Amino acid sequence: MTRPEMADEALFLLLHNEMVSGLYRAAEQGEGENGRCITKLENMGFRVGQGLIERFTKDTARFKDELDIMKFICKDFWTTVFKKQIDNLRTNHQGIYVLQDNKFRLLTQMSAGKQYLEYAPKYLAFTCGLIRGGLSNLGIKSIVTAEVSAMPACKFQVMIQKI
Amino acid sequence: GCCNSCRRELFVLTYGALVAQLCKDYEKDEDVNKYLDRMGYDIGIRLVEDFLARSAVKKCRSYSETVDMIAQVAFKMYLGITPSVSRSNTTENEFFLILENNPLVDFVEELPAGRTSLCYCNILCGVIRGALEMVHLAAEVNFIQDRLKGDDFTEIGITFLKKLEDKKHKRNK
Repeated sequence: MTRPEMADEALFLLLHNEMVSGLYRAAEQGEGENGRCITKLENMGFRVGQGLIERFTKDTARFKDELDIMKFICKDFWTTVFKKQIDNLRTNHQGIYVLQDNKFRLLTQMSAGKQYLEYAPKYLAFTCGLIRGGLSNLGIKSIVTAEVSAMPACKFQVMIQKI
Repeated sequence: GCCNSCRRELFVLTYGALVAQLCKDYEKDEDVNKYLDRMGYDIGIRLVEDFLARSAVKKCRSYSETVDMIAQVAFKMYLGITPSVSRSNTTENEFFLILENNPLVDFVEELPAGRTSLCYCNILCGVIRGALEMVHLAAEVNFIQDRLKGDDFTEIGITFLKKLEDKKHKRNK
């Protein structure tokens, strides 16, 4: 637990969690509608995803096809952000991909009890945006949603939008 | 592949996205500054536990030692920088951290338009204040100078609010 990189992760985890709490607290105090919180988190994630890809890889010619890009998201991108790869990638080869993370870093701090399932979506919104933003900068338009079936595992569903 | 600097970039980019969102949500700079400070506080009270787990430091016996710890160990650990420390000649218990470079503003060239009073890095003040409170030290923490506002450097002031028990003082009374 004393590797220097992990200090960065601890800081990011805290920032992310407090961002979620802060937005909902502000919404409760009437500083914005509740439903907007998920959208705001998703939008922030989108910006960050774009920024990360921009700094990460300036050479999009390295990707042969859409699947290649999705594999990149599952391996390099996920490792940069979450220190691990996506555990399972499935696709119907028709533009829908399901990325499964069995131990999602932003959920591992939360208790595994069923009562917390209700709160889990709040902690996934930013990451949905992150994926959507990353793909956007790689030339792919998408809709990303997520669901938690059992903590701390979750699935991100990416639907590629043909422009 | 990825590198250490990519990991810090995640935090910096996320922070930037947060500030941008807050600028959309709040018209007044003061409100954004307050929000950042509050968030920083909430992070600081939790961060201190992480810090103590990672650093096994000895208990600080003076404000000076505490500030040195913040600058040389904590800042280094979390942001990769070591601000220089100085103390006030005029005000007791007031210290300054001078940030030569500040990764939080790596991608920020200037303040957003119309945001001249924005303390972009105000979260740092809240973090320090929250962390100190968890080790039973009350302090006021704020930006004294800010490069983004045109000052020569970025400087954080930490003023401890309770006088340390001082045997000398007692004798003189």
